Amino acid sequence: MNNFIKFLLLIIFSFTIGSCGSEEKKEKKKKIQITNTKKKTIKKEKSQNEETVFDLANKGIGPIKSLNFPTEIDKSIADKGAAVFKAKCTACHKIGKKFIGPAPNGIFQRRSPEWVMNMILNPEEMVQKDPVARALLIKFNGSPMANQNLTEEEARSVVEYFRTLAP
Amino acid sequence: MKKTINLLVTLVIIAGLSSCNNSESSSNNQGALTGNAAEKVYVAPGELDEYYAFISGGFSGQLSVYGLPSGRLFKVIPVFSQDAEKAWGYNEETKPMLNTSHGFIPWDDSHHPDISQTNGELDGRWVFINGNNTPRIAKIDLTTFETTEIIEVPNSAGNHSSSFVTENTEYVVAGTRFSVPVPQKDMSINEYKGNFKGALSFISVDPEDGEMDIKFQLIMPGFNYDLSHPGRGKSHGWFFFTTYNTEEAHTLMEVNSSQNDKDFIAAINWKKIEEYVNNGGGTKMPTNYAHNIYDEKTHTATSTMKKEVLVVNPSEVPGAVYLLPTPKSPHGCDVDPSGEYIVGNGKLSANLTIHSFTKMIDAIESEKFAGEAYGIPILNFEDVLAGVVEQPGLGPLHTEFDGEGNAYTTFFISSEVVKWKLGTWEVIDRKPTYYSVGHLMIPGGNSRNPFGKYVVAMNKITKDRYLPTGPEVTQSAQLYDITGDKMELLLDFPTIGEPHYAAGIRADIVAKNSKKLFKLEENNHPYAAKNDDDTKVVRNGKEVHIYMTMIRSHFSPDNIEGVKVGDKVYFHVTNLEQDYDVPHGVSMIGANTSELLIMPGQTETFVWEPKQVGVWPFYCTDFCSALHQEMQGYVRVSPATSKLDLSWSLGE
Repeated sequence: MNNFIKFLLLIIFSFTIGSCGSEEKKEKKKKIQITNTKKKTIKKEKSQNEETVFDLANKGIGPIKSLNFPTEIDKSIADKGAAVFKAKCTACHKIGKKFIGPAPNGIFQRRSPEWVMNMILNPEEMVQKDPVARALLIKFNGSPMANQNLTEEEARSVVEYFRTLAP
Repeated sequence: MKKTINLLVTLVIIAGLSSCNNSESSSNNQGALTGNAAEKVYVAPGELDEYYAFISGGFSGQLSVYGLPSGRLFKVIPVFSQDAEKAWGYNEETKPMLNTSHGFIPWDDSHHPDISQTNGELDGRWVFINGNNTPRIAKIDLTTFETTEIIEVPNSAGNHSSSFVTENTEYVVAGTRFSVPVPQKDMSINEYKGNFKGALSFISVDPEDGEMDIKFQLIMPGFNYDLSHPGRGKSHGWFFFTTYNTEEAHTLMEVNSSQNDKDFIAAINWKKIEEYVNNGGGTKMPTNYAHNIYDEKTHTATSTMKKEVLVVNPSEVPGAVYLLPTPKSPHGCDVDPSGEYIVGNGKLSANLTIHSFTKMIDAIESEKFAGEAYGIPILNFEDVLAGVVEQPGLGPLHTEFDGEGNAYTTFFISSEVVKWKLGTWEVIDRKPTYYSVGHLMIPGGNSRNPFGKYVVAMNKITKDRYLPTGPEVTQSAQLYDITGDKMELLLDFPTIGEPHYAAGIRADIVAKNSKKLFKLEENNHPYAAKNDDDTKVVRNGKEVHIYMTMIRSHFSPDNIEGVKVGDKVYFHVTNLEQDYDVPHGVSMIGANTSELLIMPGQTETFVWEPKQVGVWPFYCTDFCSALHQEMQGYVRVSPATSKLDLSWSLGE
């Protein structure tokens, strides 16, 4: 019995030491510095999004169950989509750069068309139930994807516009 | 020792017994603690109320929206008032709503809400309400629950016999309580008699957009026109007004205007006068009054001064106006759902007087007149009388109807609601109110088809009914179940300001039309920034206009420089959200009005006149999102002599 307690104590002790050690290591890696010097922003040449999650099988949750893009991009629909995007989305999404939310460039290399449509049309439920949408909310500091009450047709035009963007 | 114990035990028993007695007798007094009153007013969390009640705020100048039967408060609608919560009357867009011929009047005494009707039934499109003090009629749109129109009433003073609507909302009617010189002029007060006049205004309501317009004013003798109601059903086309001070006294009114044994109910055949006016009748009188309209597309109100009103003298339209003698300074003037009975409650009379519309028409047709007042025929009291409710209580004020053949009258002095039967005039039930009840309201009680489930009594005094809050205690309303033979008191609930009167309607008629947001593409505000490209800051002399947007959770722009001390800075802020219930607020340190509360798709403006050099923050005042605390920005204010150009940015 006595031995057992000693054993337990030992384990707990070693745990504490271990965790202390790892924290120290972390601190060495990344020291917090708050100074009055201006932070130099290093522009990244490559990715516009720093987005790493690729999930083309996930269709998300919402009204869109299936959407197959035709091979050709419909220019007139894409133009309408560009106008809708400008009016309802640009407060948070910029082409070619991460802003409040991610840039839409190359979105269909990372997400299915259905997922994008459902994220536009049904963001509240997506954020609650879809693991990717949830992860994005956390990654973007809790900025919610606003429901801008687009019609399905408007949302469809927006994703058509996204197809025209450089990846 | 033992004796002491015995004594103690006895004392305890006695105390127990007597306290039992006390609680029993107090529950008898309360009357409401029997049965399942709590269950009847309990609306479970997440459940919705069955009725809307629009309760006027009296001297607060507002209209509050409650749910029945719960008595829960949903919204306080500023009408003749400024509201720092919503910026109504403070922001640049709504300031014109409070313009009058006397200038900007951000207060009034709001009295009688009435809901628009179609075919004599409530249609739930608009609520009309009168400003008593600086005579005005307001219209509240029940898609937005906001005041969208206010029309000033010229030649009127103490706009009290207002704002009741006719069966198809053809007119909302506004009668003057105080007679005045018409038109106003400098004259001796003691020349009142015969010279002062009482204007009764018939304000037409456009059937499509509800726009109000004074169709005509009937210039009546210098009595006090206290309350009114429209005829309905068979009496549609008529309007009835109670009068007091038929003595035409002008001082020590409580004595001098209570001399006559009978005053009058004035019966006005408005259809006849309308026809006369449509055929070119009446006289255009120069005057000056404000007509203020809020445009939902520009999110902006405009105020127009009107310079003319059409007046009609009763003598010009024979057969349009009659006087029905009614005992002792009648106050309430209520018409039953069938339109046959006109109830006049003589404030100083022991009895209730009920006139018959049919008998009135018979008397008119057989030209049986008792005399005339300034050329207006007076009918014989006995010829028009339908019945009398004998001594039902003290100080009768107002009557409403349940649609089942019963009437409910309030008694101010004896603090009670009395239920009586139309036709037999017998008293069926009486219940106390706490205390000194004024108006009462049955949802739909002023229509052909009342929803006779509840009556709300609105009290003038509460005294010991709630926890005390210093000398000023809460005002209150009381809810009674009227589905049985006997009324049952269910609930007391506090109200905002004086709950002067109310209008109620079944919730489903209104709720389905309630707007969720304003569409951005329909926003025609001249200073709207509808997307990021529209944001800018423009200098025009000392005026600086900021075209700003807001969305969860930032302003654009959020850094502004080049503003100088002495500038007049207009923040025009557009909420870009297009989702239900995502308003944002904005406030600026040192701004002299209120914050703004901006609904999705809406643009509002406040003015800031910076007086100190520095860098000053602005922020969102309505908790909007997880990043609400981050929703802020800065404006740099330079000295008046600074040469710094305007610049603005977001995220740079």
